[in-house]
Order: sequence, then C-alpha cells, then structure tokens
Amino acid sequence: MSFTYQAGTPFAGDGLKDVTTTIKDGSYTAIIGHTGSGKSTLLQHLNALLKPTAGTVTIGDRVITNETNNKNLKPIRREVGMVFQFAENQLFEQTVAKDIAFGPTNFGVPAEEAEKQAAAMVALVGLPPEVLEQSPFDLSGGQMRRVAIAGVLAMKPSVLVLDEPTAGLDPAGRAEMMTMFNRLHQEQGLTIVLVTHQMDDVADYADHVLVMDQGRLVKEGTPREIFQDADWLADHQLGLPKTAAMARRLTAQGFRFDPLPLTTAQLADQLLPQIGGPAHD
Amino acid sequence: MTAAIEIENLNYRYPDAKRPALHDVSLTIAQGEWVAIIGHNGSGKSTLAKNINGLLAPESGRVTVAGMPLNEANVWKIREKVGIVFQNPDNQFVGATVQDDVAFGLENRAVPRPEMLTRVHDALVQVNMLEFATREPARLSGGQKQRVAIAGIIAQRPDIIILDEATSMLDPAGRSEVLALIEQLQARSAMTVVSITHDVDEAASADRVVLLNDGEIVEQGTPAALFTHGEELLSLGLDVPYPERLKAALRRRGAKMPDGYLDQEGLVKYLWTLHSTM
Repeated sequence: MSFTYQAGTPFAGDGLKDVTTTIKDGSYTAIIGHTGSGKSTLLQHLNALLKPTAGTVTIGDRVITNETNNKNLKPIRREVGMVFQFAENQLFEQTVAKDIAFGPTNFGVPAEEAEKQAAAMVALVGLPPEVLEQSPFDLSGGQMRRVAIAGVLAMKPSVLVLDEPTAGLDPAGRAEMMTMFNRLHQEQGLTIVLVTHQMDDVADYADHVLVMDQGRLVKEGTPREIFQDADWLADHQLGLPKTAAMARRLTAQGFRFDPLPLTTAQLADQLLPQIGGPAHD
Repeated sequence: MTAAIEIENLNYRYPDAKRPALHDVSLTIAQGEWVAIIGHNGSGKSTLAKNINGLLAPESGRVTVAGMPLNEANVWKIREKVGIVFQNPDNQFVGATVQDDVAFGLENRAVPRPEMLTRVHDALVQVNMLEFATREPARLSGGQKQRVAIAGIIAQRPDIIILDEATSMLDPAGRSEVLALIEQLQARSAMTVVSITHDVDEAASADRVVLLNDGEIVEQGTPAALFTHGEELLSLGLDVPYPERLKAALRRRGAKMPDGYLDQEGLVKYLWTLHSTM
C-alpha cells in the first residue's frame, strides 16, 4: 500500500511508499525508524484512521482501500486499540472510573457494567482500586498514562498499538510500563505493535521488527537479524541495543559471540567462559 | 571560585500539601559548574529549579543568585541571569519563525533592534541552526526545537542555564545533539549549567550529581561515585549505566568484578585483561 498526504493538492507529500507486510496474530512487532520515516503514518493505517491512497490494508477479514466508506469502521476500531503518544492528554472525565467507562459506554455497554469493567481494567494496568473514584488529574504522569491505557483495554481489543508509550517517563516508570505490556501480551494473548526509539525494548520484547526509512519498509526480520548489521543500521540513523553495542566493542578486542547476544544475561552467559569462568577462591 | 547559586535551608510546600516538597535544602553551585540534579518523579527536582528563578517563593530559607538575594525587588534581575529550558519543545514556541522566536525574549526586554539582530544571529550560530532562521518552528525535529529553545535563552546572555528534563522527549539522535551543545556552551562561555535529568549520559557529563529524595538532598558527588550504586540507581530515578549492569550480571555468575565505577571503555579493558591472561 501507499499513502500520500493531502493527495490531489499542491501540498501532496509522500507518507508511505509501496509497503507490503504482514503482522501475525499474537506477535509482538516493533516498528523502528528515525523521526519522519513514516512509522506513525503506518500506525494510523492499522485501525483505518488513515486509508491507503493505493493498495489495500487487511485488518482481520476486513479490507480497507481508498474507496472504503467511513461507516462501519467501529468494529475495527474496537478490535485494534490505539495508544497514542502522551495518551494521558486525552483524559477528561471527573473520575478514573468514568474515564475508563467512556469508550465501552459509547459502544452500547450499559453504564453500570462499564464501570464494573473499569475496576477490572484498573487492576490489569497495575493501579490500586482507590484511584477509581479519584480525579485522573490528581494522579502522577505515569499513573495518568496507565488510566488512558486502561480506557483502551476496556474496549477488549485483540491488538494493542503503542506509539512511543514510555516517552517522558522516568527509567523506573519506563521499565514498569514495558513489563505491563509484556504481561498483557503473554497472559491475555494480545497482539502488540510498538513504535519506539528504544532499541533495548525492541531487543527485550519484540519477536518481529519492521524498519522504516523515508516512507518505505526497508527491512524486516527478528531482532537478531535486524541488529546483526550495525553499519546498515547506522546508515539508516538507527543505533544498536546496549548489549549488542557492547558485544560489538568486545568483538573488536578478540571476543567471540555466536549468536549475537541481545540481553545482558545472554552476553554475560557467553562472556563468562571467555574471561576464565567463575572465580575459584 | 564565586558561587553562581547559593541555597540555604530552603523549605517549600505546595498549597494544601501535607508534606513539604523541599525540606531544608542547602546547595552551593559554583560559577561555570555543571550540576545534575537527579531523583525519581516527585522527588522535588523541578520545584527546586522553580525556586531558583523565583517562579515559586520559598516558605523559608534563602536563595542567592549571582550575588543577589532572591526577593521581590531582585526577581526580574535574577530572571535575566537564569534561563530555563523545559521538557516539551512544543510548549515553548511563540514566534512564527525560528528567528522571531529567538528574538521574543529580547523584544520583551526592549533590546534595541540592531543589537537584537546581532544577538539572534549569534545565538543561532552557536546552536548551529542559522540555516533554519526563517523556518517554522513546528516543522523542526525535536532536537532542533530544543536547540532553538536554547538559542532563545542564550540570546539573553544569562549566566545560568537550567535544563528541566530538556532531553527526555527527544529521540536518541536529538538527545546527543542537545547534550553536545550544552557541553560546548559550558566549555566556551563558562556558563553555569543545572540539569534536571533521568538520563545517565546527561548525568555523566556533569561535574557533580546531586540526588534528591522526598524533597531532601540525600547524596552528592562525582558521577562516577554515584554510579557505583549500580542497580539501586533505578529507584533513585536514573537508569543503571550499562557497564554496571553487565558487571552485576557477571558477578551473579561468579566472576570477580572490580568495585569502582567503570565506563564502557574501562570495562572493555578490564574484560580484555582477563581474556588475554586465560
């Protein structure tokens, strides 16, 4: 599929060019690429917020083309939950419970049931039940973001699309947030699509990686395949996860790693025999 | 060395808050020094910054900036000495073009036009954004936006620049752009830098790191000394530097690792020594 911004006007600009890929059910897919590479444009096609100018996007069994009518897109929007950057900016209700219940109520769930669901969602994102009756605006930034995510989860999506979900959080908050998504992926079987600049998160969590550059899909594969070629990544203004970067420095000093370690534990496991093993004193 | 900022027994409490946001904080920052202030969210870092330029008024204690006690009579003079760069680059633009935006603060201070033109030009040269002078700020990348925000501040020739998580919303390339710029500014114009940060690389660039917890200074020292806290750093609001993480993982596997802080290069050398004597 391709997408042109403001097609048919003098301001027309290429957003995406001839992209072909499949995101598998139950996968954890990361989309990487430097600022302006088309990551967010691609993301907005995943629940038909944008429609391709040419080609097709198939979501479940629904085919979206340029001709697709804006009516009847609700089931797709419900199926594919979208967590935008700085999701906490979209909170507006008086209480956390009402904010989370807003989406389901819009989709016809009775208010009482929706608020009951809200309690379950709050637990799912790791917040204490006390927050339900609090104003979302009295919570910390990280907690507010969790409430916004709970609001998306309340729609019971099967796919969760995350656009830089940890931007602006402190390191502990980032780690908690990423662990939470991984838990949702493992326990609820959610398909996850993550747009991120954090290569460590790609290495730690994704099983499939799409690399975007200037609106094109320039490479896809497992994290290990993608991070194998540091020079190619640098050409596309992308870096390595910290572990892979360290392994690269060590390789230059005569160490050998096979396969390429992606986590600190994998690197330590492969390093140990090369530095004389455990100490014997 | 003269002090750029002197804080003595500072206490601050937000209206209706049960606990003080800052409790008995004393800190002296020398002219030309780069101090990183770290701590987890809610530890009082930003409150401290706002007390330095009088955006907040302390409950008790004294703040002296560039030799002037912070009070109602001096606050405007002090704000001329202290520039703050905030977290979100999109929240601090007022001008329609990059150069208008850099000129905004000077216009407010009624700087004569010929001088304003030179200062805007010089500031844009310093942040390496001159070729973008007539562009719309909204169309720049995050790193470029923060560089323009910094140009707006250095055009006013402050003595002190405060970075309030100024790199936290940038991608890795934007982050290193801004960090390199700050290093240059400090080296070239002896600017005093106070950076509030969660970023390990930013903290590592500082001369001194001050750790805040629940509104109190709990520790201060060189970055290397603080980094020896290893995995504990996460609860202090910083990421654990990668060499410390790898050392911990190797130690758990029974390898002998040195206690002191090693940067990447140091650790690679150490491991290489073990490898070559096998």
